[in-house]
Amino acid sequence: MFPRPIQQASPVAQTAYKTLLPIALIMWLLPLIAVAMFSIKPASDFTQGNYWGVPGSFDFFKNYGQVFFNSDMPRYMLNSVLITVPTVIGAVALSAMAGFALGIYKFKSNLWVFFMFVAGNFVPFQILMVPVRDLTLDMGLYNTKTGLVLFHIAFQTGFCTLFMRNFIRALPFPLIEAARVEGVAEWRIFWFVVLPLMKPALAALAVLIFTFIWNDYFWAIVLTQGPDAQPVTAGITSFNAQFRAAYHLMSAGSIVAALPPVLMFFLMQKHFIAGLTLGAVK
Amino acid sequence: MTVTALPDTTPPKRGWYKRNEIAVTPWLFLAPAILFFAVYVIIPIFQSFSISLYDWDGLGEAEFVGLGNYVELMDDSAFEVSLWNNLKWLLFYLLAIPAGLFIALFLNQTVTGIRIYKSLFFFPFVLSQVVVGLVFAWFYLPNEGLLSNMLGWFGFEPINVLGDPTLATYGIIAAGLWPQTAYCMILYLTGLNAVDPEQVEAARLDGAKGWKMLWYVIIPQLKPATFIAFVVTIIGALRSFDLISIMTNGGPFGQTRVLSFYMFEKALSEYGFRMGYGAAIAVVLFLIMLVFIAYFLWSMYQEDKGAR
Repeated sequence: MFPRPIQQASPVAQTAYKTLLPIALIMWLLPLIAVAMFSIKPASDFTQGNYWGVPGSFDFFKNYGQVFFNSDMPRYMLNSVLITVPTVIGAVALSAMAGFALGIYKFKSNLWVFFMFVAGNFVPFQILMVPVRDLTLDMGLYNTKTGLVLFHIAFQTGFCTLFMRNFIRALPFPLIEAARVEGVAEWRIFWFVVLPLMKPALAALAVLIFTFIWNDYFWAIVLTQGPDAQPVTAGITSFNAQFRAAYHLMSAGSIVAALPPVLMFFLMQKHFIAGLTLGAVK
Repeated sequence: MTVTALPDTTPPKRGWYKRNEIAVTPWLFLAPAILFFAVYVIIPIFQSFSISLYDWDGLGEAEFVGLGNYVELMDDSAFEVSLWNNLKWLLFYLLAIPAGLFIALFLNQTVTGIRIYKSLFFFPFVLSQVVVGLVFAWFYLPNEGLLSNMLGWFGFEPINVLGDPTLATYGIIAAGLWPQTAYCMILYLTGLNAVDPEQVEAARLDGAKGWKMLWYVIIPQLKPATFIAFVVTIIGALRSFDLISIMTNGGPFGQTRVLSFYMFEKALSEYGFRMGYGAAIAVVLFLIMLVFIAYFLWSMYQEDKGAR
C-alpha cells in the first residue's frame, strides 16, 4: 500500500492526520457550506449586510417552502425527471444492444463502428448545435421534452456503447459458444445469457447517465425555453432572475436543484464509482 | 424428371435469416443505435461544415460565401481572445490531474470514517456545473463574498475576481477545477487500490521511499488512471461552457469567452443569429478537438491490438 499506512507512523503523526482530515474536508467544501448556510438565513440578514455572521434566525422551512410552493421550481424539477428518466432507459437499451453486437460478434467493420461511437462521444456540442436545433424545429419538437430526450438518447449512446462493449468483452465467451452449440437463437442469447450478466453495468450506466442528463445545461437552453419544457438547470437561471439578490432563496433553489443527483450518488455510490472508473485499472 | 426420384438428403429448408443468423444479428442489434447516432451526431457534424460556408440567419435564404466566414474569423479580435482563453483552459485545467493525485494519496488510508471522507471529497463532481458556477460566483462576490472576507481577515484588500478582465478567466477555471479534481481523485483512488503491494514492498526493501517511490514505482502503475484523467480533463476543458455562461456570461468586456461560448453567442443570442459564422467557429473548435480524439482513438487501438 502506498503511501505507507498511517498506523505504522508515530502516534503524533497519527493524531495530526486525524485532525487534518476534517479541516481539509471543510476547506474543500467551503463554498458549498457557505451556500448551505445562506439558504437558512432570513432575508433581513442580507439587507443588514450580515452575510457571514451567525444567522439572525433559522429560516429553513420558510426559505425552502418558498422554493417549493411559491415558484416554478417544482415544474422545472418535474420536467427534469421527465427528461432524465426516458433518456436513461433509451440510452441504456440502445447501447446494451449495440454493445452486445460489438462485443460478441467478429465482423469486418466492428472496430470502425465502435470507433465511430467513441469519437462521436468526444465531439464538442457546438458542432452539433445548429443542425440539431434545426432538425428539432423541423420535427416540431422545439421546446418539448421529447425533443431533448431524443437528442440525449442519441448522444449518450456513444458513451454507453463504449462502456457496454468493454464490459461484454470481459464476460466469459465460452458461455455464449455453449449456448450456440445448444442451438439457442442469437436474440435469446442476448436476452437470457448476456443481459443477466450485465446487471452491474446497467446499474452503473443508469446512475451515471441520470447525473449527466440531470446536470445538462447547454442543450436545455438550445432546445427549450420557458417553464413548459425546461429542466431545472435552465430553470434556475430564471428563478434567480425572479429573486434577484435574494441570496437566501437563490441558495435554497440551487440546493434543491442539485439534490436528486446527489441522492443518487450517495444511494448508488458503488455503481456510480464503478462506472466512472471503468478502465482506470487493468 | 429423374431428380425427383432421388431421396431428399438435404436438411429441411431453412429460411434466409436462419442461414445468415450470425452475420445479420449484429447489424439488427446495432441498427437502432446507429440510426440515432447518425441522425443526431454524425450527420450534423457534416452539416455544420456545410453551414459554415454560408451566410445564414437561421430563417431566411442562406447565401453561399465560400470561406468568407473563416476569412472574417482571422480578423475577429473576439475570436482571438476566445482562442487564447481556450489555451489557458487546456493548460490550467490539467492541474486537476496532479491535484487529484495529491488528494488521493492523502486519503488512501484506512482510518475510521475514511469512506465517508472519500465520498464527501468526491461530492463536488456530482453537482451540476450550473450550481458550481453559482456557488463560486457568490464565493467571489466583490464585497460580500467569502473570498473577499477571508482576504480581509489577513489584511488584504477585497478583490473583484469576476469583474477583473485579466483575473476572471482564472477565477472560472478555478471553479471548474473543483469538480474536475474530485473526478481525478476518484480515478487515482481506484488506481491506487490496484497497485501491486509486492512491488511496493520490494521497492521498500531496496530503499525506495517518498518521492522516488511515487515517481518510479507508483506512477507507472497508475498509467491507465492517468490516461483516463487526461482524456476527461482535455475534453472537459474544451467543452467549458456552463461555468462561463453562468458566472460572467462572457464578460467583463468579452474577456472570458472561449470558442464554445463565443459560438453560442454568435449563433443564438442577442448578438444575432449568425448561424454560418457560428458554425465556422464550431468547426475550428471541432478541428482542435479532433487532434485529441485521433490521439485517444490511436491509443485505444494500440491497446485493443495488444489485448488479443
